[in-house]
Amino acid sequence: MEALFSLVVGVLTASGIYLLLRGRTFPVIIGLAMLGYAVNLFLFSTGGLNTHAAAVIGESLTPTDPLPQALVLTAIVIGFAMTAFVVILAIRARSELGSDHVDGQQGEEGDAR
Amino acid sequence: MSLLWIPLLTIVGTLVPVMTSRRGRKVCVATTLIAPLAALLLVLLHAPTVIGGEVVSMQLSWMPLLGLDLALRIDGLTLLFAVLILGIGSLILLYAGFYLSAEEDDGRFLSYMMLFMTAMLGIAMADNLILLWLFWELTSISSFLLIGFWGHRSDARRGARMALTVTGAGGLALLAGFLLIGQAAGSFALSEVLAAGDAIRASANYPLILLLVLFGAFTKSAQFPFHFWLPHAMAAPTPVSAFLHSATMVKAGVFLMARLNPALGDTALWAITLSLVGLATLLYAAWFALLERDLKGILAFSTVSHLGLITLLLGLGSPLAIVAAVFHILNHATFKAALFMSVGIIDHETGTRDIDRLGALWSMMPLTGTMTILAGAAMAGFPPFNGFLSKEMLFEQSLVNDVLGALSGLIPMLVVMGAILSVGYSLRLVWSLFFAAPKLTREQKAQPPMKVHDPARGMLAPGLFLAAMSLLVGLFPMTLAAPLVNAASLAVQGDTTPLFTLALWHGINLPLVMSLAAVAGGVLVLINHKRFAAIAALFPARDASLAFEAVMLRLIKATLWLTLRLENGSLQRYQALLILTALVMTGIGLSQLNALTGERGLQPLDGMLLLGAGLMIFGAIGSALSHRWRLVSLLMLSVVGLSVSLTFVRFSAPDLALTQLSVEVASMILMILALFFLPQRPPLLVSGRRIVRDLVLAASLGLIVAMLNYALLTRETLTIADYFLREALPGGGGTNVVNVILVDFRGFDTLGEITVLTLAGLATFKLLNRMRLFMPAGNLEGIRWSRHRYPLILAVVAQILLPLALLVSVYIFLRGHNQPGGGFIAGLITSVALILQYMARGHDWTRQRLPLSYAVVAVSGLAIATATGLGSWLFGYPFLTSAFGHFHIPLIGEIELASAMLFDVGVYLAVVGATLMILINLGRITTVHRPSLEER
Repeated sequence: MEALFSLVVGVLTASGIYLLLRGRTFPVIIGLAMLGYAVNLFLFSTGGLNTHAAAVIGESLTPTDPLPQALVLTAIVIGFAMTAFVVILAIRARSELGSDHVDGQQGEEGDAR
Repeated sequence: MSLLWIPLLTIVGTLVPVMTSRRGRKVCVATTLIAPLAALLLVLLHAPTVIGGEVVSMQLSWMPLLGLDLALRIDGLTLLFAVLILGIGSLILLYAGFYLSAEEDDGRFLSYMMLFMTAMLGIAMADNLILLWLFWELTSISSFLLIGFWGHRSDARRGARMALTVTGAGGLALLAGFLLIGQAAGSFALSEVLAAGDAIRASANYPLILLLVLFGAFTKSAQFPFHFWLPHAMAAPTPVSAFLHSATMVKAGVFLMARLNPALGDTALWAITLSLVGLATLLYAAWFALLERDLKGILAFSTVSHLGLITLLLGLGSPLAIVAAVFHILNHATFKAALFMSVGIIDHETGTRDIDRLGALWSMMPLTGTMTILAGAAMAGFPPFNGFLSKEMLFEQSLVNDVLGALSGLIPMLVVMGAILSVGYSLRLVWSLFFAAPKLTREQKAQPPMKVHDPARGMLAPGLFLAAMSLLVGLFPMTLAAPLVNAASLAVQGDTTPLFTLALWHGINLPLVMSLAAVAGGVLVLINHKRFAAIAALFPARDASLAFEAVMLRLIKATLWLTLRLENGSLQRYQALLILTALVMTGIGLSQLNALTGERGLQPLDGMLLLGAGLMIFGAIGSALSHRWRLVSLLMLSVVGLSVSLTFVRFSAPDLALTQLSVEVASMILMILALFFLPQRPPLLVSGRRIVRDLVLAASLGLIVAMLNYALLTRETLTIADYFLREALPGGGGTNVVNVILVDFRGFDTLGEITVLTLAGLATFKLLNRMRLFMPAGNLEGIRWSRHRYPLILAVVAQILLPLALLVSVYIFLRGHNQPGGGFIAGLITSVALILQYMARGHDWTRQRLPLSYAVVAVSGLAIATATGLGSWLFGYPFLTSAFGHFHIPLIGEIELASAMLFDVGVYLAVVGATLMILINLGRITTVHRPSLEER
């Protein structure tokens, strides 16, 4: 199970990074969100992968570590704020520059500058 | 505590001239003088104790963890410097009042002078190395302001910049040296550092410490080969030069060496470095002083030369050599300040500082002449002036030194050569200015001869006083100087008390013969000055400032080259570099693990897990592959997002699952909205090389992250969970530990979090302002958007759902402290419910029924959360301390209320406000800009 979980996190990371390296704003935003999932899962897993062990007192005899959960909860919300900001920035950038290329100009995507 | 008042007075004094400069020059100078004179009085009150051999000190904790204390001390060395800084400083302030022309900004000038005085005083008084360094940097900065005071002149700007660069670089080295000293001595407190001399000298870092500290001291004191900035600093107004280059700035370097002598001195390395650098500086600068034509340039080089002399004495290091060094610090400050003042007067009256154009001034300016002759004689080391006494001591000590082993005999010879040159340039200064005829060119002769006279008495008085002091100290050294010199050298040498007598006449001995030789040699040098000048003319003139500028220019070019390499403006390049760095660093970390799999046992797999993992991998890869079909890519992303939420459910994180789910909805709406404003099908223009590069990068980092995660998951980790689980109920009054952590244990973090969220909302609001929009009128196939804007079924369902959704969010909110839920999740559910209304009915319709400004909602949420935190101050607890209690409400029964609940209300409002602010504002522009499609 641990191996499977790590595999998923790894695939999510790889996909996120690949999208992050694209030249247009929209894939970059998606990549950012994808990388966010991977990071959240990773951080969450530092508390251990426990079943039926919610960190609510009285529910379980061996509750899981609540701290990573609290951190990831705020990370999810902040991640949303960041995504929102980048989305609006991308829209604004296109409106100002007339292009949705991350470098602000209509060039070849693979332009090796 | 009275110690603290001394620098405080001068700090306050920096404000005085700015406030009083409107009331005229006299009032301004007079009021400015109050602070330094009062500070001088305070210092003198401590003088009897200090001369008695005690150290007065005080200490206030500032940043104890960093070893930085506000600690001040007055020992003998401090006393000597404080008297020089404040005494000569006050005289120069008085002089500056006359020197500055009427239209110049005296308020600003005097304020800078006071700032500089404070900084110097701080260096002299600091009883903590870091504090000393802070003041050291302050002298660099304030001297920059002073040297560049005439900022309209390019030479002033260049001189100021050069001084700042050189002394600033030295300052940085000094900080590094101080940190190493602190490490070796175990403390930054000066008293402890001075006592830990043996430990420092024994440490392996000693040569490095010495290198760094001496670099700082040599740059400040303009020692060879860092002397070049000082002559260029002469672009400053003369009172600045008189202050900075006689009593203060350049003396800070020798002060530092003297101060740290007990900690760093008394080794062969110290003695040899200081003696050689001192000797080289002494001779080199004296030679240039002899050839210089600019009056202030002569004085600048002679200052450098005399500083070399002091460094040499500190290097010789015998008890009497240190007495001589301290004594010469005092003497040099006195006569050099007087000389700068007289040169300033001559410049002021005649309008030139060129020694060749001036001459025969004696008959016109007898008082200035007297002053220059007295101070010049002291500089040359003629009896019975104070300069003679310290120079005689130098001769004597150079004869008995053994610093250079068998070569030690060279030192007295070289010292005599330096003395000859010193007599030579002093005589030349006095002779050419007052007695020789000016060497004028034909045009200059054609002009009417200068009509000049002595300046106002107030301008003469400070210089005359100092010149008289050099004579009086020479005549009565035991009365006027010995106690101070004794106390100061006691501080420099640690515990030993040298016995010495300062006297003019020691009988006929070798030092006296050396003095006589120096005088005779000096006269010969003066007579043959033209020949020396001719020899010097054989060498190409080298302007240090040009060389300096060239080095600077090369440095700037190199950094520019590097910057352009790294920063080419391509985000893709930056990200690739960043990811590569992360890859390498994580790889290095992983390679240091013994085995990938840790000691913890593995858990079994089951079908649900496989299905979930399969979905996520499918979504992730699909999203990456289909990134050009943007809607598909987005849907794939949401598959992953929802599966993440299910993962949280499976692994005991109900709060996370709820949050992820509601955030997922909000962000999908957001991104679909965004799709509307972005090109629907980007052009396919990408090189295969780029794709391969990105694939390799992405796959490698994915692999590394997977391995890292696996390694982590299979190991036991240390956790602080027990604390939270134990304290949640008794300390935070809630059973849902995650929520208690959010609103109580780590409430400050959460406050920061919702602040960021609100800021993001406000920023998007601003970004969307006045935007030109690219909006397609139809889809890719050219089919126009549907004319039916609001689907009826959705509208009906949404309306029915709203009260239910709100009820659910209230429920989730209320139970949040004990069961999964809380402000974050409730806020997201409310937002989603409201957004549904907007989607179903449009912005205008909803707006009429719900006239809320979401910015106000978000900000008031923040305000409530902050106020809750501040509320605990009222009860004398730290920020964000929570309180809770049980209340009995009729009909409803026993309920529990915690102040954390109020905090959670703030969180709730902030989340609702920020989320809606983002989505509604983006959604609204589609409504506003689409009137042409409107069907009426």
